Order: sequence, then structure tokens, then C-alpha cells
Amino acid sequence: MSVVLDPTSMAGKQFVTRPHTQLVVVGAGPAGLAAALEAARLGLETMLVDENPISAALMGMDVPFHFGGRMDGSVQNSARAVELLLEARPALAEAFEAGIDMQLGVSAWGAFGNGPTASFAAQPILGLANEESSWLQTFDHLIVAAGARDLPIACAGWEKPGVMGARGFHALLRDYRAFNGRRLVILGAGIVGLKTAVAAREAGLEVAAIVDVDDAPRGPAPLLARLKGDGIAIHSGHCVRAIRGNTEVDGVSLVPVNATQDAAAAIELPCDTVVLAVDVAPNIELLDVLGCATQYRAELGGYVPTLDREGRTSQRHVFAIGDCAGIADQNLADPTRAAAQGRRAARAIAAEHGAAAADEPPLATVAPSDREGSRQRWLAAQLAMAGDDLVICQCEEVRLRDLIGVRPPRYLAHSEAAFAHLNLHALAVDGPVNQDQIKRLTRAGMGACQGRRCRDQVHLLLAARSNVSPGDIPLASYRAPVRPIPLGILADQDETPNMRDNWTTWFGIDAQWQPHWEKPEPTQTRPPGRLRRLVEK
Amino acid sequence: MTDMSKLRPPEPGKGAAVIVVGGGVTGLSAAWWLAQAGIDVLVLEKGIVGWEASGRNGGGATHPVSPLFREEQRLWPMMDELLGYPTEFRPHRIRVALHEDEMEERLRGAAIAVDQGFTFEKLDNKTLRELVPIVDETAVGGILSNYGGHANPQRTVQAYAWALQDRGGRIQQHTTVQEFELRNGRVIGVLTDQGRFGCDALVLAAGPQTAWLAARMGIDVPIASARVEMIVTEPLPLMKHGGVDGGGLYGRQTLRGNLAYGGGPHEWLQAQGLRTARPVNSPVLRSLARRLRELFPKAAHVRVIRSWAGIVENTPDGRPILDRLKNPENVVVATMSSVGFGLSPASGRAIAQLVTQGHSDFADLRQLDLARFADLAPDWRARFGWIEVAPQLDESPAVVS
Repeated sequence: MSVVLDPTSMAGKQFVTRPHTQLVVVGAGPAGLAAALEAARLGLETMLVDENPISAALMGMDVPFHFGGRMDGSVQNSARAVELLLEARPALAEAFEAGIDMQLGVSAWGAFGNGPTASFAAQPILGLANEESSWLQTFDHLIVAAGARDLPIACAGWEKPGVMGARGFHALLRDYRAFNGRRLVILGAGIVGLKTAVAAREAGLEVAAIVDVDDAPRGPAPLLARLKGDGIAIHSGHCVRAIRGNTEVDGVSLVPVNATQDAAAAIELPCDTVVLAVDVAPNIELLDVLGCATQYRAELGGYVPTLDREGRTSQRHVFAIGDCAGIADQNLADPTRAAAQGRRAARAIAAEHGAAAADEPPLATVAPSDREGSRQRWLAAQLAMAGDDLVICQCEEVRLRDLIGVRPPRYLAHSEAAFAHLNLHALAVDGPVNQDQIKRLTRAGMGACQGRRCRDQVHLLLAARSNVSPGDIPLASYRAPVRPIPLGILADQDETPNMRDNWTTWFGIDAQWQPHWEKPEPTQTRPPGRLRRLVEK
Repeated sequence: MTDMSKLRPPEPGKGAAVIVVGGGVTGLSAAWWLAQAGIDVLVLEKGIVGWEASGRNGGGATHPVSPLFREEQRLWPMMDELLGYPTEFRPHRIRVALHEDEMEERLRGAAIAVDQGFTFEKLDNKTLRELVPIVDETAVGGILSNYGGHANPQRTVQAYAWALQDRGGRIQQHTTVQEFELRNGRVIGVLTDQGRFGCDALVLAAGPQTAWLAARMGIDVPIASARVEMIVTEPLPLMKHGGVDGGGLYGRQTLRGNLAYGGGPHEWLQAQGLRTARPVNSPVLRSLARRLRELFPKAAHVRVIRSWAGIVENTPDGRPILDRLKNPENVVVATMSSVGFGLSPASGRAIAQLVTQGHSDFADLRQLDLARFADLAPDWRARFGWIEVAPQLDESPAVVS
């Protein structure tokens, strides 16, 4: 008996894809480059995808990093950007020479495969795009080496141009040589902040001060000694009263932690740039979209993929390496550790393809660092200082009071009386607080930056205000496209005739759209009619 | 001060006169109508209210083919006031016709509403472009209906839930129903992973899980589940009417300005168990982007910022089942067959009436009974092709461009 297919369903539909490759590595940082080079050396067909150089338009949206508008006009010149990138990362040239299929300026915006709610895919599929078009790439194995992203902590004035993240700063400084600030105040004296200060000094920039809410800087002692030796001021036990400036940043006012909101500023620092460098977060977007299991690990910077010792996720064909597998001070200090993770994953994959390779010597275990605590102390100090009017989600203008009060967004008129009894505590009575639910109700994290600037803060805030650990709040889901992509570029230009000819707005059940007074045909053995123009295959 | 008394969680094991299984839009509306009538009602929800397809859909409130249409139209303009919380309902729909044959389709659809006393305006190319500045300039026209509308599904499901609680109804989230306790042809208790809840009447409105649950009582509810998907763009300046669709897509511009649209192939899934995994998206979202750009060429630069998927169930004729059973006689089975959100104000009221009086006094629900499928072949899903079909890699792998 032949199988009947519903022509309006996914059954029998195909997607036009680019020629198959055995391995795709997403991210050409130290981990991804090492993985791709090792895989190619072991004979795997390898593609290396990296979204750099990023378009000026995306930078302006603070995607994928918090660039804070601090780039000069040179980022418009994409040819120059490619040259600079090759200079900044010499291993890229090595990868070209090794025969790796290099996809620079290409973002991996989606990943698709079978699972409990899908079985359409003959092979796993990656969604890729550049500035001109999007396409699909099939693969056997995927290594996600997507690195870390910025983790901003809000304070009064953080929406001003000139306020940026540490990853955005490093990218503009090193990869693009397009940073247009001169004098920086750096928030955070952990390794992220101290490395930011060192990079700024090496580039000849002025570091006005490093600020931290803690009484003693957390960062590595040698870095600290070097910066102190250079005469850099470190203001411990302080937080931001406000970031000053009309059209852009022109200074920062500091106050001691726990000062009252009306206390006079203790320290005024003129500057043109404020780098939010309290910490960075693992970039697990694609892993979550693929359904890889994740777990909250406070010491690794939040939700990270659950991995075996070779870096394999719960989806056996997907690996995670480098910072996206977890943030650790030792790894941030020493990129060779990420490279070793990359080689080990590549060898494990090569072994599955039948190539014999020596195992990578085991890495020294990561010493836990206090990531969650410092983030929480920063957020608590800044929120206490700024008060309930502080905007947490810039895209959707969601204020602290709206989040705590679970209020509808600003565009929507509503009666305050109706909402008077509602807040996070009240919601928590009905079940554990869920960030996706808060997102739907308040719109925090639903904007064009795709929640990059606020998702971690909202997460910490929900935990703090509902008296639970951040690990008790489920991960707010990531959805494709994990980069904002114009309709005209995301649009599929290569649809198969089967897709086009059988397209329906909503299923293909005629009786569903006939008036109820028309009795449908009997339905014992076949669906009650099909839209007439459908092509039966 | 928080008035916690309004929000006291249900005591585990404390039953209710009516238990509604399923905190989706249909179950919540039914429970709210029951609570409005002063009836002690408890909603059991395995996850979070309105979490699945109820909170993720096109938000349309325009269903002239349904026996609940008049009530849908009567109620929506009052819902913000009745519930006490905003739903983002806005009246009117514009159906764009890119080509002449689409225009005929639009007019056929509108004629069904006209037959029931509603009106619409035919739009020519010029008036359409005035109302929808981003629309394809070559579109032949469309219709502007003086009925129907759209609302925000996420906000609406929460509004039902809060309104229900305000009227003394209770919601028990994170509670999975496992079995029913039957005695003398009646359901007298619901067994869950959080204990037993006694009841005098039961409403089964559990979406794709309805069939599995009904089977616990020996009732066969023929439904098939499928995954469907939508895309959302960054916000655009507001158009005069947000409820604009066409070109093979359903959807709307939200009050925030985002374009949220769906359509295209669904994927049939095997019967779902108790738990639903988070539905994934497929590369179909590129086909949605393509059609949205064709419908609105002047929005080609607008960025897609997310997508989502939901799992919906369909009956064999695609029409709802709203039926008070004969045995067990205190059970109402409710599935809206993949078209539940917009009709929810009316379907909830109809279900409440089935519970309290056995029939609806505003719609003839006999045509939506379960008995109409009595002669259905046991393997109807396979015969219809409403089954999961794995791709055949050896025959025809993905096409290479």
C-alpha cells in the first residue's frame, strides 16, 4: 500500500541546500580556529564560519556585541574590515592555506534538525547569511565556538552613546581598529575589566579609572599590579551614580556603594566612553535553538551546554568549545586552553569519521570563580542607586518598576487599579517565575537587539526579587534567527515547486473554511476535500 | 501592598464543582465564564497558562464560517472591559488580494459574513495603498471588513487567567493529569501528579493532549497534532489597521509595530504524550520571510528578530468538537481544531453553558458533536496522510543548488 502524503504538509518537501560538508565550525576565535585546523589536518571536509566583519548596520543595533555607537566611519568599508581581520587573527591565513572552506562575514542565524517535534530533516541544517543573501548548509557534525557576549549591567545613563560592552570594545579596537573614543572609565575590576584596561593602555588610550562595587578587585594580581604601576585609579567599593552627557557620554559620577540616592557624588570622572566590563556571558544561542541540554552553572557564567569530556552536547553530532561552553577566568587569561578544547573536539569527530588521532592531553581543571556573586552585587548596587525608573530593556523601554510590577508595555493604556495587586511576588504564588512569561507580559527582551542588552540582567533581577537562585529560573528561550536579518535577505529565493505549489495559509482542510451550515463530505476514509489548486504528488 | 488573598494558590487536593483540564485559551475562557456565573472552578494546567499554541498564534478574531461567529463578534469589543485587563483587541481586518484570483477568494470569504448581516468595503489598488503603505504596489486591491479584528494572544490568555482568579476561580499550574476517577457514569475525581482533585463536572480542553486524556475515560477523540510556525520582525510605524494579511500568510501588525505572520506547510506529529517538548522551527521560516516581503515589498529591509512554533490539533473535518458526553455524562470535550484563539470568548461561553445546562442558547452545537466521527476508519490518519513522514535520504537527498 502506497503512503498517502498530505500535500500541504512538510512531508515530501525539500529545501535547497549548498553542497554538504562533513564539519562546520561556527566561530573563528582561538577555539574555533584550532578546531578547524585540526579537523582539516585529520582529513575532514571543514567549513569555518565567522560573522566578522560585522556590518555597520548591525553594529548600530548593538549586535552581536554592545558597541555603544563607539565605532568610526571606517566600519562602512567592508574590504578594509576583512584585511584588518586577517591581520588581527593570523591563524585565519593558516586556515585558508589548509584548504578550509572559509566563510567570513557570514552569520550562523539558525540551526534545524529532527527531534521530539520535528522529523522533516534528512540531515541537520544550518542557516547562514551574509549581507546579500541567506542559504542553508547541511553537515554531519557541528562545532559551536560562538564565544562570549557582553553582559551589561544597567545604571542611570547607560543608554547614552559611548556606553559599551567589553566584547564590543575589544572587537572595535583589535578586529576593526575603529574605536573612536579616547578616555575610558571601566566598570568591573574582574579579569574582564582588567583585560579591557590593559588593551586600552596598549592602544594608547587613556583609562580614567576602573570601578568596582567590591572592596577588593577580583581580577588577577599581576594584571592589577601592572595597571596600578601605570598609575590607573581603581575605585573599589563604588558604583555609578549616573553616566553624564547630553548627546553622548561626557563623564561618570561615582558614589560609594550603599550611598543614599540623594547623596552628593563622591567622584566625578570626565570621559567619552564607559565600558561595562563586569563580566561576559557564554553565547549559547545556537545550542539552545538546536535543543542541546543546558544547565545553570553559576561558576561558568550562567546557562551552559551539558558536555562530555570531549565537548559533545546532548545532541551527539553537536559540540561546544571555548567560551560558549562556559566562562572561566583561566580560559579568558589563556587562549591556548580554548585551542586545546577545539583540537580535542576535532579529534573526537575525526575518530567518528574513522580517522585515528592521538587524544589531546587533559586540561587542568578550571578553578571556580565568583561570577554570579559579582554580577548580583553590581546589579543590586546599581538598581538601588538608580531607583525604579531605571530603564532595563532599552529596545522596549521597560523600566525596573514595570518589571517588578509585571505591567503592560508603555504603548498600551491600562488601568493601574486593575494591576495594583499584581507584581512578581503575586505571580510567583501561581508557580515559579519564568523569564519567558515575564517577557511576554512586560516585553523586556523582545526588542530588536534580541534581548542581548537585558536578558542576563532580567534573569538576575527575577531571581533576586523572587528570592530564588538564578539557577531556579529556567533559561529564557532563544529563537531563530539568532541575528536580526532583513526580510529581503532571509527570504528563500530557491523554493522547490512542491513548496510553492502546495502552499496554504492554514492547513488544507476545505471543510474548515466552508460555512458551518454547509455539511462537510463524509470523512470516513479521506480528508474532506483539498484546496483545488493543490498539486498531489 | 499586595492583596495576597486574591492570589492564594489552590490547596493541593482541594477539588472544585467544575474542573477544567487545560489552561489554554479555550479552557481559561470556559473557566472564566463559569466563575462569572458564580461557579466554583479549578483549572489544572501541566505547565504555565497559555504557554503553548494559545499564546502563540496569529491573534485573528474573524471567523465567519463558525457557528460561534456572531458571539465572537459581539464579545470581542467588550473583552477588555469584561476581563478588566487589556487584550490589545482592535477591530477590522484588511485582506489583501495580490492577484485577481485572490480577490475572488476574498470576496467569497466576505460573502459568508455578509450572509450573516455583516458588511465590508472593497478596496481598489489606490485605497489599499493608502491604508497599507508598505503593500505591493501592483496588488489588485482587497477588502476591509467592518467585522472581525485581532488581539494579542499572550496578553489575552493572561487576562483570562487573572480575570478568572479575580472572580474566585483557581488555577493550579505545573500539575499533570494522569487518570480520572469514574463512578456511576460520572467523573468524580481527577488524579494528578499533585494528588487527587474531586469534581462534580469536568471540561477537557487540553489541546493536543485531549485525545490521550479522553482515552483514559474510554472516549475516542479523533485529532491529529501538527507543528506550525510564525516569524516576527522588528517594529515598524503603525499602519491604520494592523490586521492586514494576504499572499498566503495570516497575521497582523502588533500594536507595538512588529509584523507577526505565519502560514505554509505544517508538520504532522505522532500523538503527543503527557509532556510537550518545546516546538522547533524549520527552514520554512525563510519561505515565510519570502512571502512577507512579497506582500510588503517596502518592508524588505525590516529585520526578522524571532520565530516561534506551536503544536495544534485538528479533527478530521477541521471543525471543533464541543460536546457534552452521554457517558460519562458530566464531561464536556472541547477542541477548537486549530482555530481556537479568536473564537475563545464565544467558545468559553458555549462550554460553560454545556456544563451548566447541557446546551448553548446562542449557537447550535449539535453539529460539533463527537458522534459525527463514529464511522471514522481506525487508521484515518494514515488514510488522510496526516502522519509523520520521515524523509528518504537515499532516494532524494536535499537538492543541491
